[in-house]
Amino acid sequence: MNKNKEQLLNKRYKAEQRFRLYGLSAIFMALLFLTIFIFKIFSTGYSAFQKTWLIVQVTFDAELMMLDQNPSKEDLQDADYYDIALKSMADLDPNANEDQENELKRMVSYFFEKEIKNELLNDPNLIGKTKEVYLTASDDLDQVFKGNYPRDLPEDQRRVSDYQLKIFDQLVANGKVESKFNISFFTNADSREAELAGIASSFMGSIFSILVCLMIAFPVAVLAAIYLEEFAPKNRFTDFIEVNINNLAAVPSIVFGLLGLGVLLAIFHLPRSTPLVGGITLSLMTLPTIIIAARASLKAVPPSIREAALAMGASRMQTTMHHTVPLSMPGTLSGTIIGLAQALGETAPLILIGMVAFVNTIPGSPMDPAASLPVQIYIWAESAERGFVEKVSACIMVLLGFLIIMNLFAQIIRHKFEKKWS
Amino acid sequence: MRKNGVKMIKIKAKDVDVFYGKKQALFNISLDIEENQVTALIGPSGCGKSTFLRCLNRMNDVIDICSVKGEILINDFNINDKSCDVVRLREKIGMVFQKPNPFPKTLYENVSYGPTIHGMAQSKQEMDEIVETSLKKAALWEEVKDRLHEPGTGLSGGQQQRLCIARAISVRPEVILMDEPCSALDPIATAQIEELIDELKKEHTIIIVTHSMAQAARVSQNTGFFHLGQLIEHGSTDKIFKNPDNKKTQDYITGRFG
Repeated sequence: MNKNKEQLLNKRYKAEQRFRLYGLSAIFMALLFLTIFIFKIFSTGYSAFQKTWLIVQVTFDAELMMLDQNPSKEDLQDADYYDIALKSMADLDPNANEDQENELKRMVSYFFEKEIKNELLNDPNLIGKTKEVYLTASDDLDQVFKGNYPRDLPEDQRRVSDYQLKIFDQLVANGKVESKFNISFFTNADSREAELAGIASSFMGSIFSILVCLMIAFPVAVLAAIYLEEFAPKNRFTDFIEVNINNLAAVPSIVFGLLGLGVLLAIFHLPRSTPLVGGITLSLMTLPTIIIAARASLKAVPPSIREAALAMGASRMQTTMHHTVPLSMPGTLSGTIIGLAQALGETAPLILIGMVAFVNTIPGSPMDPAASLPVQIYIWAESAERGFVEKVSACIMVLLGFLIIMNLFAQIIRHKFEKKWS
Repeated sequence: MRKNGVKMIKIKAKDVDVFYGKKQALFNISLDIEENQVTALIGPSGCGKSTFLRCLNRMNDVIDICSVKGEILINDFNINDKSCDVVRLREKIGMVFQKPNPFPKTLYENVSYGPTIHGMAQSKQEMDEIVETSLKKAALWEEVKDRLHEPGTGLSGGQQQRLCIARAISVRPEVILMDEPCSALDPIATAQIEELIDELKKEHTIIIVTHSMAQAARVSQNTGFFHLGQLIEHGSTDKIFKNPDNKKTQDYITGRFG
């Protein structure tokens, strides 16, 4: 009998040990995948925060720029910079033939003319002088410099010619290639040229969408939750509504996209590709999440608090507004932020309402066309150029950072403002 | 209190039935409650004494499936009548619950809440006075006067319950309902509350539900005994405890069941 009991006890301990082991290995697996994922994103993405510049001698030749003596500001604006820009690039190899000059031009971004112009606008005294100017390297050379480019491929399979590589290597050897923090990644809108493409448009698009979403979803959801939880009679009709709100939370997001397309764009003719429409569509998606969170936190307010207020002669409205709602706010707010974080990462509905369009301007209001961060990732991931690979990962890093900050914020709100009751 | 030897009746319940859905919880309760006296309602768990108490300030309205039939006259006005406004009723009939339930706000806000929503103070000064007198009457003032702006939930259980009493009397109710106010408290806190009840009956009519027969004997002048949803017997506390008419009352008092 005693021996039996001991065996049983041993068995129970063994079972617990096994269970702990399973649990630990599950956690280990999850952490492993997370680490691989993050490592992959960071190792591909970090280089996008660096940008390669070629330092090129530019001679601001007044004659080539078609400038008179003592030009005014307007003259400088209207001057022709293309020729001096071309000449500066061609000067990299004095012996270049016409084809090679063309190749030299393609070593920098098509923005090089503007970069030279800005240099002169900043300092008009440069006319007639020669100065070293930083020009954005083409995306392919950018990748070469970062070591992401397969130099050993046969020339006809490469976008960078042997000649360009030769000149580039000379520049590197002379210290005329520099890598700096890539500010334009954050200040530029999208571009077909990887070296100029930035997330400003999609970042602002995401912010505007989220704001529109918040302004619509939060009040509607909170009012709905308060009514359902505190005022509505409990009958079949309200049960039906409750079931459907829960169902709504499980509807695939692309369906909301179709709704936005069919109703907001087709019937109400709201402007296409805008954060306004995107935000409204996302708010439909976020609504059930916030309603459920708000109802849960209203339910968590102890009934004794309601009874105390009612027994003091507070009306139902006063009980709700003075006690129940303030006490439920931390939970509601953190639910809202989590709903918004979901909306922030949503791609499918935005693609359907046209926020996938190529937008090379930074939106100034929710009524301007824009992309959003997840859609930007999708657009770049579809692009063939090698330069976009690192941008995809960098954009994911920005989006993840954004999400982490929002979730942290939700946690802080929950911990800081949650009141304890006995 | 008696005027010219005649008992003043504050609350008159006539044939009160209470249903939870289809289940009947109270049967035909008729009970008179005297003004400025403490009336104790005793009986075993689930006998309906708390349900009856909650009828008196219509707190049963909160429960969807609960329905109340019969007349309850307070100052000769039937509170189950449609014309009765529950908000005004509850201003006159205060309640203290089993578990101390201060609002998670400051002490001051707890006590000033009632006067604020009923517009009883014209100025900050008046409100300060109401808060002070209420806390003094609840025998809590000396302990908390220096920390009125600290959260009410930081007090001990007994202090919290006295805070709830201060909150209830802040609107000068005519009647105070107490639903087992000491069941979550230790003997010392219980003694303090009992002393307080004795003091409060000078200005308020008090009805207290209690599990403790000793408590009923100590604090009340009248006692009603409930069993299985029926009011078995009621009368002066002396009579109920020393010489009850009903066998069941006798058995319960002497601890044979319950």
